[in-house]
Amino acid sequence: MTLVSFHGRVHREMKVGANDAGSSEIATSNSAALQFDVRCADRRSFMKLVLLGAGAYLLPLPKAEAQAGQKVLRMATTLSDIPYLGGQANGGAEGIRFVNFSLYDALVIWDFWQGDRPTKIVPNLAESWSVNDTNKKVWTFKLRRGVKFHDGSEFNAHTVVWNFEKLMKPDVPHYDKRQAAAAGNYTATIDRVEQVDDYTVNIITKSLDGTLVYSMSNIFMSSPAQWEATGRDWDKFVLSPSGTGPWKFASVAPRERVEFVRNASYWNTKRIPKCDRLVLRPISDATTRVSALLSGQVDWIEAPPPDAIPQIKAAGMQVVTKVYPHIWPYMLNHQPDSPFHDVRLRKAANLAIDRGAVVKLVNGIAQPAKGIVVPEHPWFGKPTFDIKYDPDAARKLMADAGFGPRNKAKIKFLMSTAGSGQMQPLSMNELIQEYLQDVGFDVSFETLDWEALRSRRMAGAEASENKGIAGINYSWTIQEPIFALIGQTWHGKNRVAGYNWGLFSDPKADELALKPLAEFDIDKQNALLANLHAYLVDQAMWIFVVHDLNPRGLSKRVEGFVSAQNWYQDFSPIDLKS
Amino acid sequence: MLGYVFRRAAAVVPILLGVSVVCFSFIHLAPGDAISALAGDNASKEVIAQLRQSYGYDQSLPIQYVRWLGMILSGNLGTSIMTGRSVVSEVIPAALHTAILAVAAIALSLAVGIAMGALAASTRRVWLDRLLTGIAILGVSVPHYWVGIVLVAVFSVELGLLPAMGMGPAVSIYDFSWHDAKFIVLPAITLALIPTAIIARTVRATLIDVRKDEFVQTLYSFGLSRRRVAAHIARNAAPAVLAVIGLQIAQLLGGSILVETVFAWPGTGYLLNTAIATRDMPLLQGTILILATFFVLMNFLVDLIQPFFDPRIMRH
Repeated sequence: MTLVSFHGRVHREMKVGANDAGSSEIATSNSAALQFDVRCADRRSFMKLVLLGAGAYLLPLPKAEAQAGQKVLRMATTLSDIPYLGGQANGGAEGIRFVNFSLYDALVIWDFWQGDRPTKIVPNLAESWSVNDTNKKVWTFKLRRGVKFHDGSEFNAHTVVWNFEKLMKPDVPHYDKRQAAAAGNYTATIDRVEQVDDYTVNIITKSLDGTLVYSMSNIFMSSPAQWEATGRDWDKFVLSPSGTGPWKFASVAPRERVEFVRNASYWNTKRIPKCDRLVLRPISDATTRVSALLSGQVDWIEAPPPDAIPQIKAAGMQVVTKVYPHIWPYMLNHQPDSPFHDVRLRKAANLAIDRGAVVKLVNGIAQPAKGIVVPEHPWFGKPTFDIKYDPDAARKLMADAGFGPRNKAKIKFLMSTAGSGQMQPLSMNELIQEYLQDVGFDVSFETLDWEALRSRRMAGAEASENKGIAGINYSWTIQEPIFALIGQTWHGKNRVAGYNWGLFSDPKADELALKPLAEFDIDKQNALLANLHAYLVDQAMWIFVVHDLNPRGLSKRVEGFVSAQNWYQDFSPIDLKS
Repeated sequence: MLGYVFRRAAAVVPILLGVSVVCFSFIHLAPGDAISALAGDNASKEVIAQLRQSYGYDQSLPIQYVRWLGMILSGNLGTSIMTGRSVVSEVIPAALHTAILAVAAIALSLAVGIAMGALAASTRRVWLDRLLTGIAILGVSVPHYWVGIVLVAVFSVELGLLPAMGMGPAVSIYDFSWHDAKFIVLPAITLALIPTAIIARTVRATLIDVRKDEFVQTLYSFGLSRRRVAAHIARNAAPAVLAVIGLQIAQLLGGSILVETVFAWPGTGYLLNTAIATRDMPLLQGTILILATFFVLMNFLVDLIQPFFDPRIMRH
C-alpha cells in the first residue's frame, strides 16, 4: 500500500516538474525512486519490488508535497465543465470568477480586499481614466507600464485595441465568436477603440454611457503574441492560454480539472498568490462536492446545499457567507392583460410573503430583500414603499382591486428546478405559493430546467410561448448599473434583449434611468441610481424576495480569504496552513 | 455462417439510421438551445440571429438533419459549441474513461453475478437460495446512485479509506497508474450493482431451466460424473446468459449519467450530462450516436458469438 501511494506522489511531482520550471529540482531529488516507477503496465517489477521489501525502503521518504513545500489549493466549482480559457469565460459568473480573474486582468477591477461594504471599481491594467470634457462619448484610459503577459510579451495600447477587435470586429483574423458572445453585454455600448500612444487608448461609446467603466471590469486581456505563437487559432490558444493575471496556466483535462501555477512575477506585488498551485475541479453534483470537501479531496467548495451546512460546520470546517449583488425575485409581467399590470396586486404580492420564513427554509443563507439592492448599498435611495410581511395590508389591497378569498387572482409563474443563483427553487416557490394563496392569489407554476427558463426569459413576456405567464422566478445579478436598474426600465425601441422581461413601461422611470448614463461622476451617478431604485421599489416593479448569501465551504487549512460583496473574488491572499 | 453474418450485418444499417433520426429529432424537440446558452444573459436579437446562422440553426430541421447525416457519413461529427473542440476529441477520452470504469464493473459483476447465480441454482439449502435471490432483487431495485452516495458517506467521509470522487491525479487515461486504482473502487461497485443482480438472476433461472431438460437425465443415466454433467448444463445455459451479459456490458460501456455525475467521473455519462445542461447539440448528438452505434455493434457481436454455443441459432 505504501508503495502504491508513493508512486502516486511521484506521478504528481512529475507533472509539477513538467509544468513549472521552478520546481525541476523536486523531480530530480526523487530520481532514484523514479527508477521504480512501475506505471500501470509493468506488473512484474511491481511484484518484484514488493518481494524485495521495497515498501520498507521507501517508507522513510517524507511526503512529496510537503518536501516540495508546495501549497496546492484545490477548489470545486458547481460547473460541469472547465470554462472557456481564452479570455472571456463562459459558465456564467463562476467561469469568470475562477478563470478570468486568475489568468487575466481587465483594465479596471473591483476592490475585493475588504468585505464590509459594497465593492467599487479601482484601477488595474489602466492606472487612470477620464472622460473628454467636450465630447463625453470619449473615454481615455492611461495604461500601466511594465506589465508582461505570461509568455513574456508586453502589455500596451496595441494589445488593448487587439483585444477589443477580438470581440467586436468579425472581419479580423483574431475575432473569436465565442468570446464575442460571452462579452456581448459589455461591448454593447462601445462604438470603437483607438490607440492614442503606446500607453493610452480612447474608448468611444455609441451614446452617452456613464457606466462604461463597469463594463471595462469585464473585458479581459489575452496575449496577442501567444495567439500568434499558437498558430493564430483560438482552439489552440486555449490549450496554453496566456494573460497577465496572478496565476499562470499549467494544464487542463476537459470536465476534470484545470491547474494554474502562481505567477511569481505578477505586476501587482500585493496580489502575488500565497499558494503555489490552484487546482480547479468542476463538480456539478452538490452532494458530491460536499463529500469531496469532507473527505479532504478539495479545500474549497462553492455553494454547498443549505442542508449540508450543519454537517460541514460539525466537521470543524468553515462556512463563509456574505451578501453580494444578487436578487431572487419574481420579474412581473406588466402588459395590460396581466394581473400585475395593477400596482395594487404587485404591492399585495410583496406584502404577502414572510421573508423570514423563506430565510429559515434555506438554513439562514439568505437575507430578506427590501428592494433590488440591499439597504446599505449606495443605489438603495429612499423608497417610501416598505417591503415587509403584512398580510392584512396585502388583503386590503387585493380587496380594493376586486379580489378576495372567493374571487382569487389567477397567476402563473415560470420557475426552474435548479440553476445558477436560483438557490432552492422548488421548496422556496412552494412556500411562497402558500403565502400568496393566503392573501387571495391562485398561484400555479410551470417548471422548467434552467436552460429552458433562460430562453423563456430572453424571449420576453410578449413572446407567444410566454402568453398567460404573470411572472418569472429568475435570479439576477445586480452588480452593474445597467444590469441592475437601468436595463430593467428600458422598453419600446430602447429595450435591449433580455432586459425588462415584463415590459415595465413608465415615463417617470424612463426619465430617471437616462440621468445616470449622462453623469460621469461616480458619487453623483450613485445618487441618481438611488433615485431610480427608490422609484422602482415604490412601483413594486418585481416581487422582491431574498438576496442569496453565497455560501462557500472551506477546509480547516484555508486561511486569509476575504469574502468581498461581489460575484467575483480574489484568490491570491488565500493561504493553506500546513 | 457467412449468410448469417451478412443477414445480421444488414439489419444493423436501418437500426443505425433510425437511431440517428430519433436522436436528432428528440434533441431538437427540447426547449432552449445552445445559442442562447452561449450568448450570455442579454445578447441582442441580432447577435443571437447571427450566431444561430453561423451554426446553421436558421435552417429547417429536415435540412439540418440531412446536413448532419452527410457530415457524419464523411466521418465528421462536428464541433462542440461550448468548447470549440471536435466532438470526436471530446467523446474518445470520455469513452476511454468510461471503459476503465466499465471493465472494472464488468469483471466484478461477472464474478459475483455468476457465482451468486450458480450457487443459488445448485444449493439444496432453501434459505441460501432465498437470501441470494433476495440480494439480487434488492440490487436491481435500489437506485444505484443512492447506493453510491451512501458508499461515499461511509467509506470516504466517515472512514476516510477511499476517495469520494474523480479519477485520481491522472490527467488523462495515458498516465493512469495503479495508484489511481483506489479511485475506481466505489464507482465500480456502484455501477456493478444492477448488472450483478441481473446476471445472478439470469444464471440462476437458466441453470434451473436447463437442469430440468431431458438430456440431463440421459447424461446421468450414461453414468457421467456430476462435474461433467455440469459442464454440459453450463454449455446449454451459455447462449441465454451470454445475451444478457452482452447487453449489460454494452450498457456499462455506454456510461451511466447518474453514477458518473455522483462520482464526478469524466466519462461519457458525465459528458452527456454536461451537454444536456448546456444544450450543446452537436456534442449531444455525436455522443448519443456513438454510444448507440456501439450498443448496436455490441449486440451484433453477441449475435456472432452465440452460434458457437448453439448452432441452431443460425437457422432462425
